Amino acid sequence: MNWYGIAAIYKFEMARTWRTLMQSIASPVLSTSLYFIVFGAAIGSRMGDIDGVSYGAFIIPGLIMLALLSESISNASFGIFFPKFSGTIYEVLSAPVSAFEVVAGYVGAAASKSIILGLLILLTARFFVDYEIVHPFWMIVFLVLTAVTFSLFGFIIGIWADDFQKLQIIPLMIITPLTFLGGAFYSISMLPEIWQKITLFNPVVYLISSFRWAFYGVADVNLGLSVGMILLFLLLCLTTIWWIFRTGYRIKT
Amino acid sequence: MKPIISIQGLGKTYAGGFTALNNVDLEIQRGEIFALLGPNGAGKTTLISIVCGIVNASQGSIRVNGFDIQSDYRKARNEIGLVPQEISTDAFETVWAAVKFSRGLFGKSPNPAYLEKILRQLSLWEKKDNKIITLSGGMKRRLMIAKALSHAPNVLFLDEPTAGVDVELRQDMWEMVRGLKDSGVTIILTTHYIEEAEEMADRVGVINHGELVLVEEKKTLMQKMGEKELSLNLPEPLQRIPDALADLPLSLSGDGSQLVYRFDVKSEDTGIAEFLRRLNAASIDFRDLHTRESSLEEIFVNLVHGARREREEQLSKETQE
Repeated sequence: MNWYGIAAIYKFEMARTWRTLMQSIASPVLSTSLYFIVFGAAIGSRMGDIDGVSYGAFIIPGLIMLALLSESISNASFGIFFPKFSGTIYEVLSAPVSAFEVVAGYVGAAASKSIILGLLILLTARFFVDYEIVHPFWMIVFLVLTAVTFSLFGFIIGIWADDFQKLQIIPLMIITPLTFLGGAFYSISMLPEIWQKITLFNPVVYLISSFRWAFYGVADVNLGLSVGMILLFLLLCLTTIWWIFRTGYRIKT
Repeated sequence: MKPIISIQGLGKTYAGGFTALNNVDLEIQRGEIFALLGPNGAGKTTLISIVCGIVNASQGSIRVNGFDIQSDYRKARNEIGLVPQEISTDAFETVWAAVKFSRGLFGKSPNPAYLEKILRQLSLWEKKDNKIITLSGGMKRRLMIAKALSHAPNVLFLDEPTAGVDVELRQDMWEMVRGLKDSGVTIILTTHYIEEAEEMADRVGVINHGELVLVEEKKTLMQKMGEKELSLNLPEPLQRIPDALADLPLSLSGDGSQLVYRFDVKSEDTGIAEFLRRLNAASIDFRDLHTRESSLEEIFVNLVHGARREREEQLSKETQE
Protein backbone atom coordinates (compact mmCIF):
# COMPACT_ATOMS: atom_id res chain seq x y z
CA MET A 1 0.00 0.00 0.00
CA ASN A 2 1.34 3.42 -1.02
CA TRP A 3 0.48 5.32 2.17
CA TYR A 4 2.65 8.28 1.21
CA GLY A 5 0.74 8.48 -2.08
CA ILE A 6 -2.64 8.53 -0.33
CA ALA A 7 -1.36 11.13 2.14
CA ALA A 8 0.04 13.29 -0.68
CA ILE A 9 -3.33 13.42 -2.49
CA TYR A 10 -5.24 13.89 0.75
CA LYS A 11 -3.04 16.73 2.00
CA PHE A 12 -2.98 18.39 -1.41
CA GLU A 13 -6.78 18.40 -1.53
CA MET A 14 -7.16 19.55 2.07
CA ALA A 15 -4.67 22.35 1.42
CA ARG A 16 -7.07 23.73 -1.18
CA THR A 17 -9.81 23.83 1.45
CA TRP A 18 -7.67 25.87 3.81
CA ARG A 19 -6.67 28.16 0.94
CA THR A 20 -10.31 28.80 0.06
CA LEU A 21 -11.76 28.80 3.56
CA MET A 22 -14.46 31.38 2.78
CA GLN A 23 -15.78 29.43 -0.18
CA SER A 24 -15.28 25.91 1.20
CA ILE A 25 -16.45 26.29 4.78
CA ALA A 26 -17.72 29.77 5.69
CA SER A 27 -20.11 30.11 2.75
CA PRO A 28 -22.06 26.83 3.23
CA VAL A 29 -22.18 27.37 7.01
CA LEU A 30 -23.60 30.86 6.48
CA SER A 31 -26.19 29.78 3.93
CA THR A 32 -27.37 26.90 6.16
CA SER A 33 -27.52 29.30 9.13
CA LEU A 34 -29.95 31.43 7.11
CA TYR A 35 -32.27 28.41 6.91
CA PHE A 36 -32.08 28.09 10.71
CA ILE A 37 -32.93 31.76 11.12
CA VAL A 38 -35.80 31.78 8.61
CA PHE A 39 -37.34 28.33 9.12
CA GLY A 40 -36.16 27.66 12.64
CA ALA A 41 -36.21 30.86 14.66
CA ALA A 42 -38.66 32.99 12.62
CA ILE A 43 -41.28 30.77 10.90
CA GLY A 44 -40.58 27.69 13.07
CA SER A 45 -41.79 29.40 16.23
CA ARG A 46 -45.27 29.71 14.66
CA MET A 47 -45.40 26.05 13.61
CA GLY A 48 -46.42 23.08 15.68
CA ASP A 49 -44.17 20.21 16.74
CA ILE A 50 -43.60 17.29 14.37
CA ASP A 51 -43.38 13.85 16.01
CA GLY A 52 -42.90 15.67 19.32
CA VAL A 53 -39.94 17.68 18.04
CA SER A 54 -40.04 21.47 17.63
CA TYR A 55 -39.95 22.52 13.96
CA GLY A 56 -36.64 24.37 14.36
CA ALA A 57 -34.98 21.26 15.78
CA PHE A 58 -36.80 18.94 13.33
CA ILE A 59 -35.15 20.53 10.24
CA ILE A 60 -31.58 20.33 11.61
CA PRO A 61 -30.80 16.78 10.36
CA GLY A 62 -32.33 17.55 6.95
CA LEU A 63 -30.37 20.77 6.58
CA ILE A 64 -27.13 19.09 7.60
CA MET A 65 -27.86 16.37 5.03
CA LEU A 66 -28.58 19.02 2.39
CA ALA A 67 -25.17 20.61 2.99
CA LEU A 68 -23.44 17.26 3.39
CA LEU A 69 -24.75 15.84 0.11
CA SER A 70 -24.09 18.91 -1.99
CA GLU A 71 -20.65 19.57 -0.50
CA SER A 72 -19.54 15.92 -0.70
CA ILE A 73 -20.50 15.79 -4.36
CA SER A 74 -19.06 19.20 -5.13
CA ASN A 75 -15.75 18.61 -3.29
CA ALA A 76 -15.09 15.19 -4.78
CA SER A 77 -16.22 16.03 -8.30
CA PHE A 78 -14.13 19.20 -8.43
CA GLY A 79 -11.18 17.41 -6.81
CA ILE A 80 -10.84 14.93 -9.67
CA PHE A 81 -12.31 17.10 -12.46
CA PHE A 82 -9.80 19.93 -12.03
CA PRO A 83 -6.66 17.78 -12.56
CA LYS A 84 -8.36 16.36 -15.66
CA PHE A 85 -9.19 19.87 -16.85
CA SER A 86 -5.75 21.35 -16.10
CA GLY A 87 -3.81 18.30 -17.27
CA THR A 88 -2.16 17.60 -13.90
CA ILE A 89 -3.91 14.19 -13.82
CA TYR A 90 -0.88 12.85 -15.75
CA GLU A 91 1.07 12.85 -12.51
CA VAL A 92 -1.44 10.67 -10.67
CA LEU A 93 -1.81 8.30 -13.62
CA SER A 94 1.94 7.87 -13.99
CA ALA A 95 2.58 7.39 -10.26
CA PRO A 96 2.76 4.00 -8.54
CA VAL A 97 -0.64 4.43 -6.92
CA SER A 98 -3.48 1.95 -7.27
CA ALA A 99 -7.07 2.89 -8.08
CA PHE A 100 -7.97 2.29 -4.44
CA GLU A 101 -5.25 4.65 -3.25
CA VAL A 102 -6.28 7.38 -5.68
CA VAL A 103 -9.91 7.10 -4.57
CA ALA A 104 -8.89 6.97 -0.90
CA GLY A 105 -6.94 10.22 -1.30
CA TYR A 106 -9.54 12.20 -3.26
CA VAL A 107 -12.68 10.79 -1.65
CA GLY A 108 -11.10 10.79 1.81
CA ALA A 109 -10.33 14.50 1.50
CA ALA A 110 -13.76 15.35 0.06
CA ALA A 111 -15.54 13.38 2.79
CA SER A 112 -13.35 14.95 5.52
CA LYS A 113 -14.27 18.44 4.34
CA SER A 114 -17.97 17.55 4.31
CA ILE A 115 -17.81 16.00 7.78
CA ILE A 116 -16.05 19.09 9.17
CA LEU A 117 -18.71 21.21 7.51
CA GLY A 118 -21.54 19.07 8.87
CA LEU A 119 -20.19 19.33 12.39
CA LEU A 120 -19.72 23.09 12.03
CA ILE A 121 -23.34 23.44 10.89
CA LEU A 122 -24.42 21.36 13.87
CA LEU A 123 -22.52 23.67 16.20
CA THR A 124 -23.90 26.76 14.47
CA ALA A 125 -27.47 25.44 14.82
CA ARG A 126 -27.04 25.57 18.59
CA PHE A 127 -27.05 29.39 18.36
CA PHE A 128 -30.55 29.41 16.87
CA VAL A 129 -32.43 26.34 18.11
CA ASP A 130 -32.26 23.78 20.90
CA TYR A 131 -31.78 20.19 19.88
CA GLU A 132 -30.70 16.88 21.30
CA ILE A 133 -28.84 13.90 19.90
CA VAL A 134 -30.32 10.68 21.23
CA HIS A 135 -27.86 8.39 19.44
CA PRO A 136 -24.59 10.37 19.02
CA PHE A 137 -22.60 7.33 17.91
CA TRP A 138 -25.07 6.54 15.13
CA MET A 139 -25.25 10.22 14.22
CA ILE A 140 -21.50 10.14 13.54
CA VAL A 141 -21.80 6.81 11.68
CA PHE A 142 -24.52 8.16 9.38
CA LEU A 143 -22.63 11.41 8.90
CA VAL A 144 -19.46 9.60 7.85
CA LEU A 145 -21.27 6.98 5.76
CA THR A 146 -23.25 9.59 3.85
CA ALA A 147 -20.20 11.82 3.34
CA VAL A 148 -18.14 8.91 2.00
CA THR A 149 -20.93 7.54 -0.21
CA PHE A 150 -21.75 10.89 -1.79
CA SER A 151 -18.09 11.78 -2.15
CA LEU A 152 -17.74 8.56 -4.16
CA PHE A 153 -20.74 9.66 -6.20
CA GLY A 154 -19.11 13.07 -6.69
CA PHE A 155 -15.90 11.37 -7.79
CA ILE A 156 -17.87 9.53 -10.48
CA ILE A 157 -19.44 12.80 -11.65
CA GLY A 158 -16.00 14.42 -11.76
CA ILE A 159 -14.70 11.62 -13.96
CA TRP A 160 -17.78 11.70 -16.19
CA ALA A 161 -17.95 15.48 -16.61
CA ASP A 162 -15.98 16.93 -19.47
CA ASP A 163 -17.02 20.53 -18.88
CA PHE A 164 -18.00 22.74 -15.96
CA GLN A 165 -21.71 22.62 -16.83
CA LYS A 166 -21.83 18.84 -16.48
CA LEU A 167 -20.02 19.18 -13.19
CA GLN A 168 -22.88 21.30 -11.84
CA ILE A 169 -25.87 19.74 -13.53
CA ILE A 170 -26.38 16.66 -11.32
CA PRO A 171 -25.92 18.43 -7.96
CA LEU A 172 -28.19 21.32 -8.99
CA MET A 173 -30.81 19.56 -11.10
CA ILE A 174 -31.09 16.25 -9.27
CA ILE A 175 -29.56 16.21 -5.79
CA THR A 176 -30.93 19.53 -4.53
CA PRO A 177 -34.54 18.81 -5.61
CA LEU A 178 -34.33 15.28 -4.19
CA THR A 179 -33.09 16.67 -0.87
CA PHE A 180 -35.81 19.31 -0.67
CA LEU A 181 -38.41 16.65 -1.52
CA GLY A 182 -36.74 14.05 0.69
CA GLY A 183 -38.20 15.26 3.96
CA ALA A 184 -35.62 17.87 4.92
CA PHE A 185 -38.38 20.29 5.93
CA TYR A 186 -41.24 17.91 6.68
CA SER A 187 -42.10 14.40 7.80
CA ILE A 188 -43.25 12.26 4.90
CA SER A 189 -46.20 11.20 7.04
CA MET A 190 -47.53 14.74 6.42
CA LEU A 191 -47.86 13.99 2.68
CA PRO A 192 -51.00 12.59 1.00
CA GLU A 193 -50.90 8.78 0.91
CA ILE A 194 -50.02 8.51 -2.78
CA TRP A 195 -47.06 10.89 -2.36
CA GLN A 196 -45.90 8.95 0.68
CA LYS A 197 -45.50 5.94 -1.63
CA ILE A 198 -43.91 7.90 -4.49
CA THR A 199 -41.45 9.61 -2.17
CA LEU A 200 -40.02 6.22 -1.17
CA PHE A 201 -38.36 6.14 -4.60
CA ASN A 202 -36.31 9.14 -3.50
CA PRO A 203 -33.05 7.76 -2.01
CA VAL A 204 -32.49 10.91 0.02
CA VAL A 205 -35.57 10.07 2.11
CA TYR A 206 -33.65 7.18 3.65
CA LEU A 207 -30.62 9.31 4.42
CA ILE A 208 -32.60 12.03 6.14
CA SER A 209 -34.84 9.58 7.95
CA SER A 210 -31.96 7.61 9.46
CA PHE A 211 -30.05 10.75 10.34
CA ARG A 212 -33.12 12.24 12.04
CA TRP A 213 -33.56 8.98 13.96
CA ALA A 214 -30.01 9.43 15.34
CA PHE A 215 -31.06 12.86 16.63
CA TYR A 216 -34.56 12.31 17.95
CA GLY A 217 -35.24 8.59 17.85
CA VAL A 218 -38.02 9.00 15.29
CA ALA A 219 -37.83 7.90 11.66
CA ASP A 220 -40.07 8.16 8.59
CA VAL A 221 -38.99 4.76 7.29
CA ASN A 222 -37.68 1.59 8.86
CA LEU A 223 -34.11 2.10 10.09
CA GLY A 224 -32.83 -1.19 8.69
CA LEU A 225 -34.24 -0.29 5.27
CA SER A 226 -32.54 3.11 5.44
CA VAL A 227 -29.18 1.60 6.30
CA GLY A 228 -29.64 -1.00 3.57
CA MET A 229 -30.39 1.70 0.98
CA ILE A 230 -27.31 3.72 1.97
CA LEU A 231 -25.12 0.63 1.77
CA LEU A 232 -26.65 -0.31 -1.58
CA PHE A 233 -25.84 3.12 -3.00
CA LEU A 234 -22.33 2.86 -1.54
CA LEU A 235 -21.89 -0.49 -3.27
CA LEU A 236 -23.18 0.92 -6.57
CA CYS A 237 -20.70 3.78 -6.39
CA LEU A 238 -17.80 1.47 -5.54
CA THR A 239 -18.68 -0.84 -8.43
CA THR A 240 -18.87 2.07 -10.86
CA ILE A 241 -15.48 3.38 -9.71
CA TRP A 242 -13.97 -0.07 -9.99
CA TRP A 243 -15.28 -0.22 -13.59
CA ILE A 244 -13.92 3.29 -14.33
CA PHE A 245 -10.39 2.33 -13.29
CA ARG A 246 -10.59 -1.04 -14.96
CA THR A 247 -11.55 0.45 -18.31
CA GLY A 248 -9.83 3.82 -17.93
CA TYR A 249 -13.17 5.51 -18.76
CA ARG A 250 -12.53 9.24 -19.34
CA ILE A 251 -9.24 9.17 -17.48
CA LYS A 252 -7.12 7.08 -19.80
CA THR A 253 -7.33 6.93 -23.58
CA MET B 1 24.05 -5.10 -20.36
CA LYS B 2 20.27 -5.50 -20.13
CA PRO B 3 18.32 -2.57 -21.57
CA ILE B 4 16.59 -0.34 -19.03
CA ILE B 5 13.48 -0.16 -21.22
CA SER B 6 12.37 -2.95 -23.49
CA ILE B 7 9.35 -2.44 -25.75
CA GLN B 8 8.04 -5.31 -27.81
CA GLY B 9 5.31 -5.35 -30.42
CA LEU B 10 3.70 -2.22 -29.05
CA GLY B 11 0.53 -1.11 -30.78
CA LYS B 12 -2.11 1.48 -30.06
CA THR B 13 -5.36 1.90 -31.92
CA TYR B 14 -7.73 4.53 -30.54
CA ALA B 15 -11.46 3.99 -30.22
CA GLY B 16 -12.10 5.92 -33.45
CA GLY B 17 -9.93 3.45 -35.36
CA PHE B 18 -6.83 5.65 -35.66
CA THR B 19 -3.65 3.62 -35.29
CA ALA B 20 -1.13 5.72 -33.39
CA LEU B 21 1.49 3.01 -32.95
CA ASN B 22 2.07 -0.08 -35.02
CA ASN B 23 4.20 -2.97 -33.79
CA VAL B 24 6.97 -0.89 -32.23
CA ASP B 25 10.05 -2.69 -30.91
CA LEU B 26 12.57 -0.56 -29.05
CA GLU B 27 15.27 -1.00 -26.46
CA ILE B 28 16.71 1.88 -24.46
CA GLN B 29 20.15 1.32 -23.00
CA ARG B 30 21.02 2.23 -19.44
CA GLY B 31 22.55 5.68 -19.07
CA GLU B 32 22.06 6.88 -22.63
CA ILE B 33 20.29 9.91 -24.04
CA PHE B 34 17.84 8.67 -26.61
CA ALA B 35 16.12 11.17 -28.90
CA LEU B 36 12.83 10.20 -30.44
CA LEU B 37 12.19 12.26 -33.54
CA GLY B 38 9.10 12.45 -35.64
CA PRO B 39 6.67 14.89 -37.20
CA ASN B 40 3.49 15.99 -35.43
CA GLY B 41 1.12 13.08 -34.84
CA ALA B 42 3.84 10.50 -35.50
CA GLY B 43 3.17 8.72 -32.18
CA LYS B 44 5.98 10.07 -29.98
CA THR B 45 3.78 11.26 -27.12
CA THR B 46 1.57 8.16 -27.36
CA LEU B 47 4.64 5.97 -26.98
CA ILE B 48 5.85 7.90 -23.92
CA SER B 49 2.36 8.00 -22.44
CA ILE B 50 1.99 4.23 -22.69
CA VAL B 51 5.35 3.58 -21.02
CA CYS B 52 4.40 5.97 -18.21
CA GLY B 53 0.95 4.45 -17.69
CA ILE B 54 -1.14 7.38 -18.92
CA VAL B 55 -2.45 5.62 -22.02
CA ASN B 56 -3.39 1.95 -22.31
CA ALA B 57 -1.66 -0.04 -25.02
CA SER B 58 -3.73 -2.07 -27.48
CA GLN B 59 -1.04 -4.73 -27.75
CA GLY B 60 2.56 -5.45 -26.90
CA SER B 61 4.59 -5.47 -23.73
CA ILE B 62 6.92 -3.05 -21.98
CA ARG B 63 9.46 -3.70 -19.25
CA VAL B 64 11.20 -0.94 -17.32
CA ASN B 65 14.35 -2.11 -15.57
CA GLY B 66 12.93 -5.62 -15.83
CA PHE B 67 9.52 -4.74 -14.39
CA ASP B 68 6.44 -5.23 -16.54
CA ILE B 69 4.43 -1.98 -16.69
CA GLN B 70 1.17 -3.89 -16.21
CA SER B 71 1.79 -6.69 -13.74
CA ASP B 72 4.54 -4.86 -11.82
CA TYR B 73 3.36 -1.31 -12.38
CA ARG B 74 4.44 0.06 -9.00
CA LYS B 75 8.08 -0.92 -9.44
CA ALA B 76 8.07 0.02 -13.13
CA ARG B 77 6.61 3.49 -12.47
CA ASN B 78 9.01 4.09 -9.59
CA GLU B 79 11.80 3.95 -12.14
CA ILE B 80 10.29 6.70 -14.28
CA GLY B 81 10.02 10.47 -14.12
CA LEU B 82 7.95 12.27 -16.74
CA VAL B 83 8.13 15.86 -17.91
CA PRO B 84 5.10 16.27 -20.18
CA GLN B 85 4.92 18.50 -23.18
CA GLU B 86 2.34 20.85 -21.67
CA ILE B 87 3.19 22.81 -18.55
CA SER B 88 0.44 21.64 -16.24
CA THR B 89 0.66 22.50 -12.58
CA ASP B 90 -1.66 23.60 -9.83
CA ALA B 91 -1.19 27.33 -10.28
CA PHE B 92 -2.08 28.32 -6.72
CA GLU B 93 0.26 25.90 -4.96
CA THR B 94 3.76 26.87 -3.92
CA VAL B 95 6.83 25.41 -5.61
CA TRP B 96 7.73 23.55 -2.43
CA ALA B 97 4.25 22.04 -2.01
CA ALA B 98 4.26 20.92 -5.64
CA VAL B 99 7.56 19.00 -5.42
CA LYS B 100 6.60 17.56 -2.03
CA PHE B 101 3.34 16.32 -3.54
CA SER B 102 5.14 14.65 -6.43
CA ARG B 103 7.58 12.86 -4.13
CA GLY B 104 4.77 11.65 -1.88
CA LEU B 105 2.75 10.42 -4.82
CA PHE B 106 5.60 8.10 -5.74
CA GLY B 107 5.53 6.57 -2.27
CA LYS B 108 8.75 8.16 -1.07
CA SER B 109 9.16 9.39 2.50
CA PRO B 110 9.69 13.15 2.90
CA ASN B 111 13.27 14.18 2.21
CA PRO B 112 13.57 17.98 2.39
CA ALA B 113 17.35 17.86 1.86
CA TYR B 114 16.98 15.99 -1.44
CA LEU B 115 14.20 18.30 -2.64
CA GLU B 116 16.33 21.31 -1.71
CA LYS B 117 19.21 19.89 -3.77
CA ILE B 118 16.94 19.43 -6.81
CA LEU B 119 15.49 22.92 -6.50
CA ARG B 120 18.95 24.44 -6.11
CA GLN B 121 20.22 22.55 -9.17
CA LEU B 122 17.33 23.97 -11.16
CA SER B 123 17.74 27.49 -9.73
CA LEU B 124 14.33 27.35 -8.09
CA TRP B 125 15.32 27.31 -4.43
CA GLU B 126 14.82 31.07 -4.03
CA LYS B 127 11.29 30.63 -5.38
CA LYS B 128 10.30 27.71 -3.19
CA ASP B 129 7.65 29.67 -1.28
CA ASN B 130 6.27 31.41 -4.35
CA LYS B 131 2.99 30.39 -5.88
CA ILE B 132 3.45 28.67 -9.22
CA ILE B 133 1.26 31.23 -10.94
CA THR B 134 3.91 33.89 -10.24
CA LEU B 135 6.73 31.98 -11.99
CA SER B 136 7.96 32.75 -15.49
CA GLY B 137 7.45 30.20 -18.30
CA GLY B 138 11.04 29.00 -18.02
CA MET B 139 10.76 28.55 -14.27
CA LYS B 140 7.54 26.60 -14.66
CA ARG B 141 9.26 24.28 -17.11
CA ARG B 142 12.12 23.78 -14.66
CA LEU B 143 9.55 23.10 -11.95
CA MET B 144 8.08 20.35 -14.11
CA ILE B 145 11.54 18.81 -14.27
CA ALA B 146 11.98 19.19 -10.49
CA LYS B 147 8.66 17.41 -9.93
CA ALA B 148 9.72 14.60 -12.26
CA LEU B 149 13.03 14.24 -10.41
CA SER B 150 11.54 14.49 -6.92
CA HIS B 151 11.46 10.70 -6.45
CA ALA B 152 14.96 10.17 -7.88
CA PRO B 153 13.96 8.17 -10.99
CA ASN B 154 16.44 6.15 -13.05
CA VAL B 155 14.68 7.04 -16.30
CA LEU B 156 13.54 10.51 -17.27
CA PHE B 157 11.15 11.16 -20.14
CA LEU B 158 11.30 14.66 -21.54
CA ASP B 159 8.48 15.31 -23.97
CA GLU B 160 9.47 18.35 -26.02
CA PRO B 161 11.43 19.84 -23.12
CA THR B 162 12.48 23.04 -24.82
CA ALA B 163 9.37 23.78 -26.87
CA GLY B 164 8.79 27.52 -26.73
CA VAL B 165 11.74 28.37 -24.47
CA ASP B 166 14.33 30.98 -25.35
CA VAL B 167 17.81 30.15 -26.59
CA GLU B 168 19.53 30.83 -23.27
CA LEU B 169 17.17 28.63 -21.30
CA ARG B 170 17.47 25.92 -23.93
CA GLN B 171 21.24 25.90 -23.44
CA ASP B 172 20.69 25.69 -19.65
CA MET B 173 18.33 22.76 -20.16
CA TRP B 174 20.81 20.94 -22.33
CA GLU B 175 23.46 21.49 -19.69
CA MET B 176 21.15 20.15 -17.01
CA VAL B 177 20.23 17.09 -19.08
CA ARG B 178 23.92 16.32 -19.61
CA GLY B 179 24.40 16.63 -15.84
CA LEU B 180 21.58 14.15 -15.25
CA LYS B 181 23.11 11.75 -17.71
CA ASP B 182 26.43 12.03 -15.89
CA SER B 183 24.65 11.14 -12.66
CA GLY B 184 23.44 7.90 -14.28
CA VAL B 185 19.91 8.85 -15.31
CA THR B 186 18.71 7.46 -18.63
CA ILE B 187 17.01 10.14 -20.69
CA ILE B 188 14.49 9.75 -23.44
CA LEU B 189 13.54 12.96 -25.13
CA THR B 190 11.18 13.77 -27.91
CA THR B 191 11.83 16.91 -29.80
CA HIS B 192 10.94 18.92 -32.85
CA TYR B 193 14.28 20.66 -32.68
CA ILE B 194 16.60 18.40 -34.61
CA GLU B 195 19.60 20.37 -33.43
CA GLU B 196 18.60 19.36 -29.92
CA ALA B 197 18.95 15.70 -30.83
CA GLU B 198 22.12 16.44 -32.76
CA GLU B 199 23.55 18.24 -29.75
CA MET B 200 22.49 15.85 -27.02
CA ALA B 201 21.56 12.36 -28.15
CA ASP B 202 23.68 9.24 -28.09
CA ARG B 203 21.13 7.41 -30.21
CA VAL B 204 18.27 8.57 -32.36
CA GLY B 205 14.98 6.92 -33.20
CA VAL B 206 12.75 8.21 -35.97
CA ILE B 207 9.06 7.50 -35.72
CA ASN B 208 6.59 8.22 -38.48
CA HIS B 209 2.94 7.24 -38.84
CA GLY B 210 3.25 5.14 -35.69
CA GLU B 211 6.13 3.07 -37.01
CA LEU B 212 9.71 3.21 -35.87
CA VAL B 213 11.48 3.97 -39.11
CA LEU B 214 14.97 3.56 -37.69
CA VAL B 215 17.01 3.45 -34.50
CA GLU B 216 20.67 4.24 -34.82
CA GLU B 217 23.69 5.67 -33.04
CA LYS B 218 23.63 9.35 -33.86
CA LYS B 219 27.17 9.36 -35.23
CA THR B 220 26.60 6.22 -37.30
CA LEU B 221 23.34 7.63 -38.61
CA MET B 222 24.97 10.80 -39.74
CA GLN B 223 27.73 8.83 -41.40
CA LYS B 224 25.43 6.27 -42.96
CA MET B 225 22.63 8.50 -44.09
CA GLY B 226 24.46 11.76 -44.56
CA GLU B 227 25.49 13.33 -47.83
CA LYS B 228 28.42 15.60 -48.35
CA GLU B 229 28.71 18.45 -50.74
CA LEU B 230 31.84 19.72 -52.41
CA SER B 231 31.32 23.28 -53.60
CA LEU B 232 33.66 24.92 -56.07
CA ASN B 233 33.67 28.70 -56.53
CA LEU B 234 34.32 29.47 -60.15
CA PRO B 235 36.19 32.55 -61.41
CA GLU B 236 34.21 32.41 -64.68
CA PRO B 237 30.47 31.73 -64.15
CA LEU B 238 29.00 28.91 -66.28
CA GLN B 239 25.77 29.19 -68.28
CA ARG B 240 25.02 25.48 -67.78
CA ILE B 241 26.71 22.27 -66.70
CA PRO B 242 29.05 21.24 -69.53
CA ASP B 243 28.08 18.11 -71.49
CA ALA B 244 31.35 16.45 -70.47
CA LEU B 245 30.20 16.53 -66.84
CA ALA B 246 26.48 15.94 -67.38
CA ASP B 247 26.54 12.37 -66.02
CA LEU B 248 27.90 13.51 -62.61
CA PRO B 249 25.70 14.46 -59.60
CA LEU B 250 26.25 18.17 -60.08
CA SER B 251 24.21 21.29 -59.63
CA LEU B 252 24.93 24.86 -60.56
CA SER B 253 24.05 27.88 -58.45
CA GLY B 254 21.62 30.43 -59.88
CA ASP B 255 24.31 32.87 -60.95
CA GLY B 256 26.51 30.07 -62.33
CA SER B 257 29.41 30.92 -60.03
CA GLN B 258 29.25 27.80 -57.85
CA LEU B 259 29.38 24.17 -58.91
CA VAL B 260 28.21 21.68 -56.29
CA TYR B 261 29.17 18.01 -56.35
CA ARG B 262 27.20 15.65 -54.04
CA PHE B 263 28.65 12.43 -52.80
CA ASP B 264 27.81 9.69 -50.34
CA VAL B 265 29.98 9.68 -47.22
CA LYS B 266 29.47 5.97 -46.66
CA SER B 267 30.72 5.13 -50.16
CA GLU B 268 34.32 3.93 -50.40
CA ASP B 269 34.77 5.72 -53.70
CA THR B 270 33.40 9.21 -53.43
CA GLY B 271 34.30 9.99 -57.04
CA ILE B 272 35.97 13.25 -56.08
CA ALA B 273 39.26 12.42 -57.80
CA GLU B 274 37.47 11.49 -61.04
CA PHE B 275 35.35 14.67 -60.84
CA LEU B 276 38.42 16.87 -60.42
CA ARG B 277 40.22 15.10 -63.32
CA ARG B 278 37.26 15.64 -65.64
CA LEU B 279 36.93 19.22 -64.50
CA ASN B 280 40.56 19.77 -65.47
CA ALA B 281 40.03 18.02 -68.78
CA ALA B 282 37.08 20.31 -69.48
CA SER B 283 39.36 23.28 -68.68
CA ILE B 284 37.14 24.54 -65.90
CA ASP B 285 39.12 26.39 -63.30
CA PHE B 286 38.04 27.11 -59.74
CA ARG B 287 39.02 29.72 -57.19
CA ASP B 288 38.43 27.79 -53.95
CA LEU B 289 36.47 24.87 -52.59
CA HIS B 290 34.77 23.75 -49.41
CA THR B 291 32.82 20.73 -48.18
CA ARG B 292 29.64 20.55 -46.10
CA GLU B 293 28.09 17.56 -44.36
CA SER B 294 24.30 17.19 -44.24
CA SER B 295 22.72 17.84 -40.85
CA LEU B 296 20.53 15.49 -38.85
CA GLU B 297 17.63 17.68 -39.90
CA GLU B 298 18.23 16.94 -43.58
CA ILE B 299 18.56 13.23 -42.80
CA PHE B 300 15.32 13.36 -40.82
CA VAL B 301 13.45 15.20 -43.57
CA ASN B 302 14.72 12.74 -46.17
CA LEU B 303 13.65 9.80 -44.03
CA VAL B 304 10.18 11.16 -43.33
CA HIS B 305 9.63 12.28 -46.93
CA GLY B 306 10.97 8.97 -48.19
CA ALA B 307 8.52 7.08 -46.00
CA ARG B 308 5.70 9.36 -47.14
CA ARG B 309 6.54 8.76 -50.81
CA GLU B 310 6.58 5.01 -50.18
CA ARG B 311 3.16 5.20 -48.49
CA GLU B 312 1.74 7.24 -51.34
CA GLU B 313 3.08 4.81 -53.91
CA GLN B 314 1.69 1.89 -51.93
CA LEU B 315 -1.72 3.57 -51.68
CA SER B 316 -1.69 4.39 -55.37
CA LYS B 317 -0.89 0.75 -56.22
CA GLU B 318 -3.67 -0.49 -53.96
CA THR B 319 -6.14 1.94 -55.55
CA GLN B 320 -5.21 0.79 -59.04
CA GLU B 321 -5.60 -2.85 -58.08
